[in-house]
Amino acid sequence: MACIEARGLRKAFGKTIALDRVNLCVEEGRILGLIGPNGAGKTTTLNSILGLTPYEGELRVLGRDPWTERDRLMHDVCFIADVAVLPRWIRVSQALEYVAGVHPRFDRAKAEGFLAKTTIRRERRVRELSKGMVTQLHLALVMAIDARLLVLDEPTLGLDILFRKQFYDSLLNDYFDGNRTIVVATHQVDEIEHVLTDLMFIDRGHIVFSRSMEEIESRYLELMVSPEQILAARALKPIHERQMFGRTVLLFDSVDRQQLAALGDVRTPSISDLFVAVMGNQGQGGAAR
Amino acid sequence: MSSQTNAMPDTPLESQALAPAAIPATRHIYWALQREFWENRAIYLAPLAVACVFLFGFLITGAHHLPQKMRAASALDPMQLHHQIEEPYDIAGGALMGTFLIIAVFYCIEALQRERRDRSILFWKSLPVSDVTTVLSKASIPFVVLPLLTCVVTLVTQFLVLLVSCAVLAGSGLSAATYWSQVSLVQMSLLLLYHVMTVHVLWSAPIYGWLLLVSAWARRTAFLWATLPPLAIVALEKLLFNTTHFAAFLGHFLSGGGTEAITAPDTMPMDPLTQLTPLKFLSTPGLWIGLVVTAAFLAAAVRLRRYREPT
Repeated sequence: MACIEARGLRKAFGKTIALDRVNLCVEEGRILGLIGPNGAGKTTTLNSILGLTPYEGELRVLGRDPWTERDRLMHDVCFIADVAVLPRWIRVSQALEYVAGVHPRFDRAKAEGFLAKTTIRRERRVRELSKGMVTQLHLALVMAIDARLLVLDEPTLGLDILFRKQFYDSLLNDYFDGNRTIVVATHQVDEIEHVLTDLMFIDRGHIVFSRSMEEIESRYLELMVSPEQILAARALKPIHERQMFGRTVLLFDSVDRQQLAALGDVRTPSISDLFVAVMGNQGQGGAAR
Repeated sequence: MSSQTNAMPDTPLESQALAPAAIPATRHIYWALQREFWENRAIYLAPLAVACVFLFGFLITGAHHLPQKMRAASALDPMQLHHQIEEPYDIAGGALMGTFLIIAVFYCIEALQRERRDRSILFWKSLPVSDVTTVLSKASIPFVVLPLLTCVVTLVTQFLVLLVSCAVLAGSGLSAATYWSQVSLVQMSLLLLYHVMTVHVLWSAPIYGWLLLVSAWARRTAFLWATLPPLAIVALEKLLFNTTHFAAFLGHFLSGGGTEAITAPDTMPMDPLTQLTPLKFLSTPGLWIGLVVTAAFLAAAVRLRRYREPT
């Protein structure tokens, strides 16, 4: 069964169209990265999925309509909307008690176990914790909930590199089990690269790119060529071209590896290079599909 | 993985199927109220503080003059004597009731705005608690929790005043019997409870409903939004039609509306000559209109909490 299914999802704020008839299907057990520039519609998409905002079009999350059934949906869905949305007055112990009180799928011992690995003390209030600790606390609460879908919206924004790395490591090691679905929206592309199974680029309310990571690895190749090979390389119709250290780097879609290897160094592009290529083509009105 | 992770009880697969489908509504309400007590400690700390200050004041001043007053009492007629003896009890009741009103107003104005201002609403909404449960739990603070708490704290305070008074009188060799006979704590408490529930809860319900609604709607300065529109209507009416109907209505509602509940010779609801007229109160159309309006305000507040975009 599809975990998230959207057809013609549309959302406008006054005259600004945040989402323009988006179609989307996320199968269970995937880890999807939703990447896009600021204001592209990432948060609006996630808010619709979480029942935080009304929308036009059809949307089912785990078979439910998120807007009318948010409270029931939250039995099976967790989210970290942002860093530092935990109420500042709450004590760590109170947060544990409260979630244990209202959430039937919360395993308090598990949350305590995650917290034991941090330096967070139970009697502390959230306002006394550092930004990184607040995120650790929130992650501990969320990972102790036996949910089917976890949604993360810029969960590591403003954190230092150690916390960011730790965040995704614990998510993969302690939480993801192959059955759960995770959707992450971020613009810090590089650090989630190794985590994802699927990738989606969103720009100005449209999904401009949607592929699984296997597909990306098998289809996209980056070629670094010296000036004398450049014309031969260009003849193979690269989708993007950039300069690096005096050499030209070309990005190809579905071109034979052997053929490229004859012209220069070949490697799999990073997500950020792919992102720049796809978004650059968008800007010029070209299609990346 | 560290040993801590291994020591943790792993959730067996079967427990997924056995996991309770839902948590009973009463438990949700319990935790919603618990959250309010954690977040707004003034709900219980303020009445307790006022009671302590009052008792302290009574100990260092009121109690001293008591034997003197009781010696002079033979010269007074029974009514005056009664008033004099009851004075500290009335002051205690009045002070705690004033505290209740102040806390109720400030609580309501903040109740639904604060969670949006500090964005914690995104955390609360990530849990399986409905907007209806949240808004109703918040509304129950001024409608149920605060009035009951006020009455209990008042009763305890008055009981302590009585104990201290009797001890002081006995210590100065006076009979506490006359004094004791003039004070009927149970009657006073019931009168206070009746007064609070009729005038400050049922009759005033639209005020709290309105404040909660504004709290759910306003992005900031909720207090101004709550007070300025009624004043603007008054001013506009005066300018356009040169009438003061709305002002008169507000005045009637804010001040005298609750008088249907009692017939008293005096404004003090604890007066023994006060007659309760609950039937007259309950048959006032204004009361029921007010309650319907309150329900509409709360329904709108629930809807707003749901619709307000997280910013």
